[in-house]
Amino acid sequence: MKARQEHYHIEEHFVFSDNTKKSIFTLLGVGFILFVIGLAIIAFGGTSHGHDSHALANNGSDVVTVSESHGHGHTYHWTDRVKVAFWHNSVFFMGITLIGIFFTAIQYAAHAGWSAILKRVPEAFGSFLPYAAILLIGTFALSYHEIFHWTDSSLYDPNSPNYDPIIAGKKGYLNMPFYVARMIIFITGWYAFYYFLRKNSLAEDIEGGTHRFWKMKVISTLFIIFFALTSSMAAWDWVMSIDTHWYSTMFGWYNFASWFVGGLAAITLAVIFLKEAGYLKALNESHLHDLGKYVFAFSIFWTYIWFGQFLLIYYANIPEETIYFVERLRSDYGKFIFINLFLNFFFPFLGLMTRDSKRKAVILKIVCYAVVIGHWLDFYLMITPGTLKEHGGLGLLEIGLALMYTAAFAFVVAQALSKAPLIAKHHPMLQESLHHSI
Amino acid sequence: MEKNKHFLVGVFSDHDDLLHAIEEIRAKGVKIYEVYTPYPVHGLEHALGYKRSWMPKAAFAFGALGTTLAITMQVYMMAIDWPMIIGGKSYLAIPDFVPVTFEMTVLLSAFGMAGTFLVARDLKPHKVPRIFDIRATDDKHIMAIDLAANSLSEAQMTTLLKEYHAEEVYRRDFTDEENSPSFISYVVDLFTNGVTRSSRISTHR
Repeated sequence: MKARQEHYHIEEHFVFSDNTKKSIFTLLGVGFILFVIGLAIIAFGGTSHGHDSHALANNGSDVVTVSESHGHGHTYHWTDRVKVAFWHNSVFFMGITLIGIFFTAIQYAAHAGWSAILKRVPEAFGSFLPYAAILLIGTFALSYHEIFHWTDSSLYDPNSPNYDPIIAGKKGYLNMPFYVARMIIFITGWYAFYYFLRKNSLAEDIEGGTHRFWKMKVISTLFIIFFALTSSMAAWDWVMSIDTHWYSTMFGWYNFASWFVGGLAAITLAVIFLKEAGYLKALNESHLHDLGKYVFAFSIFWTYIWFGQFLLIYYANIPEETIYFVERLRSDYGKFIFINLFLNFFFPFLGLMTRDSKRKAVILKIVCYAVVIGHWLDFYLMITPGTLKEHGGLGLLEIGLALMYTAAFAFVVAQALSKAPLIAKHHPMLQESLHHSI
Repeated sequence: MEKNKHFLVGVFSDHDDLLHAIEEIRAKGVKIYEVYTPYPVHGLEHALGYKRSWMPKAAFAFGALGTTLAITMQVYMMAIDWPMIIGGKSYLAIPDFVPVTFEMTVLLSAFGMAGTFLVARDLKPHKVPRIFDIRATDDKHIMAIDLAANSLSEAQMTTLLKEYHAEEVYRRDFTDEENSPSFISYVVDLFTNGVTRSSRISTHR
């Protein structure tokens, strides 16, 4: 046999260079400036969104009064928009973080060898979890009243004019102590799994052998079971309970699908950035191809879930259910639904369809940017219309805040990457990954 | 038209020898007709210099045809030919058309691709597969070289194959009769002898 063994670079260490830090801080700065300008516009611009108010009134049908009938004990103030933007970004980035852990876990549970070379990247995503948790819990503590209608205690009082029998009927699940307890259980549970995965992964670098691999397989499998339940419940709690009257049995899956594609696209982007910066030398087109297939396939999966939820509601035509889409389609949010579908379905579907496009970093990068933005927009559409109604908007404030979150996320992840060797050299399936060819 | 085919068959035991032989022989300008292996050999297509299949393009074309047909059909039926109000929706209720459109796209792209493959590879029922060496289903790798397609002589190519560790090299001829039996005789054979006794596969050396 001819010499087919090539020399692979597996001793790599990511250096968090000053240049990278500079670009991350630039991103943070730009985000901050946009955020402040946006803030000034909504704080002093006053009635600039007055024209939006006709949007819902247009319908003039009974359907709208369903949501209005319970009466809001709250009037809009411009700070609401800031609070909602924080909640939206916290939920979205919490998802991206979790998908990093989830991606690592499915690789172990499925004995996937191809991804061994890049496994430190999704693993590093998990390091943002404590920060995402602080942002999420902090935002909740400061703005639960503005975001979650059900936190208003007068809704549960039969003697109050605000009494809402539907929401009162949900009290067993939607009450503050249980809600906060769930939030803490989810986050500590996820963090515990992440902590043990990371610990074993780092120990494997020193010890070698396969016993760490088998341990991680057990941890991963348990995490997947835990995550299957908690990701759905988190979706009900953090996103679906905003529209308190409304419910969808597909919502947990729908949220998970959106998080998953967004996370996969973010992982792919991170891998491409590292490759372009001269790291991951042994990573070849086939690894990119597999990541591209993930993004392609789960974009279709997301569309399937999204459309499954939409079609059943559309077809059954029950007012309690259709209100959700009436609020979104027959208002100024309507255009975002179509942008959402374009960015998350048509663009990745046609853009990543051919083999070559999945193997070229440039095309993959463009599509992944679109998908990450698309799923950010998807969460925007889940959270904003229910909280801000006709006062919502997508302006410099939201974009600036998203850039600030992105910068924080990038900084923490890069820091975590620099703390461990970039390639887990004792991963039992590393050889398979190095020779990956499809 | 000359239909008789003459081949030189090389038998290899080790797939690394085979891959090496393919690379070297092709480098010397010999055209290889086909290689048969008992299991998938990694890098074989690459060594043989196969181009990417055009099948995905056929799949896309058939899929697009399915989408078009499904939309045309539904719009014609539901909005033009026999307009009906279902569930209080307008005649042209686009979301309702999506599931059928999706299924038609998948169905036509699958059928279209399978059909294209059968036609492109000439896999008709009475096709006689050329079995060069039955051991390709057991433990040997078989390389077939079409003598007519190469300028080197049979003797030269035999030496070449031997040089690259072919265990055996022999000549295999397929006659006109064997290559393309008529469809009629295939059916007659099927009915008189049954499938198992049909003479489709000859394994003589």
